Amino acid sequence: MEQIIFYILAAVAVIGTVLAISEKHPVHAILYLVTSLFAVAVVFYLLMAPLVAVFEVILYAGAIMVLFLFVIMMLDLGHPEKGFSPHWREWLPALLLSLVSIASLVMVIVSRHSQLAVPAAQSIPIREVSRRLFQGHGVAVELISLQLLFALVGALYLGKQQASSPGLPPSSAPERVSGSEEKSP
Amino acid sequence: MENLNSYLTVSAILFSIGTIGVLTRKNAIVIFMCIELMLNAVNLTFIALSRYLGNLDGQVFVFFVMTVAAAEAAVGLALMIAFYNNKESIDVEDVNMLKW
Repeated sequence: MEQIIFYILAAVAVIGTVLAISEKHPVHAILYLVTSLFAVAVVFYLLMAPLVAVFEVILYAGAIMVLFLFVIMMLDLGHPEKGFSPHWREWLPALLLSLVSIASLVMVIVSRHSQLAVPAAQSIPIREVSRRLFQGHGVAVELISLQLLFALVGALYLGKQQASSPGLPPSSAPERVSGSEEKSP
Repeated sequence: MENLNSYLTVSAILFSIGTIGVLTRKNAIVIFMCIELMLNAVNLTFIALSRYLGNLDGQVFVFFVMTVAAAEAAVGLALMIAFYNNKESIDVEDVNMLKW
């Protein structure tokens, strides 16, 4: 039963991902990717990691993908990508490189881990995971929170700089006009 | 219960599809999306190995990977908006201001 569910979910994830990278329309690509992320989240649940499955849905599908969607709608990129009709010559090197990497990874996986024993299915309580996270890796949690703070400051700086554009290169005329209008009053 | 091979194989396939996307697409936002996809495939490897080796550290590291992905998305999308205000486009072929 679990095996059948895993194969169905793996098929959904792989097909969703293939559609996401071959879709012309960026919004459709993001929706396909959200489907694939949901499938991967259920795979996490099958692997006895319910906390990670919930965070996958909340963080990846909920926060990051919605952020992408907001940016696409804010920049008005909803129309299909111009000039996206890749010739087979453009696809061929990428396809070749990834086939090489898939083949080598699968060969290594099959040769090394085929005889690994399956442990009994015991569910790990969230208390155990959080104890390991905050007691075993406390310094790493502090570092990662610092990194989030730096990302916040960087995003705020980038957003602020383009609002009052003092040092933009003279590439786009309307941008400079609006900037001078802001400075004059 | 299937063995570890199938999980790792699915993860490898997802990672390679993400690589194909990064190499072939021209829209910078879609390239970013493919990078998130590759990080997600690595998360699947972490969780599968954590389950099969009986070690909780894999699950803990997935949280760190998710945080890095979120920070990267925030800064990258801010950069992209700043670039769009300069160039009115987010094609990676238009990113040529450092070229002479």
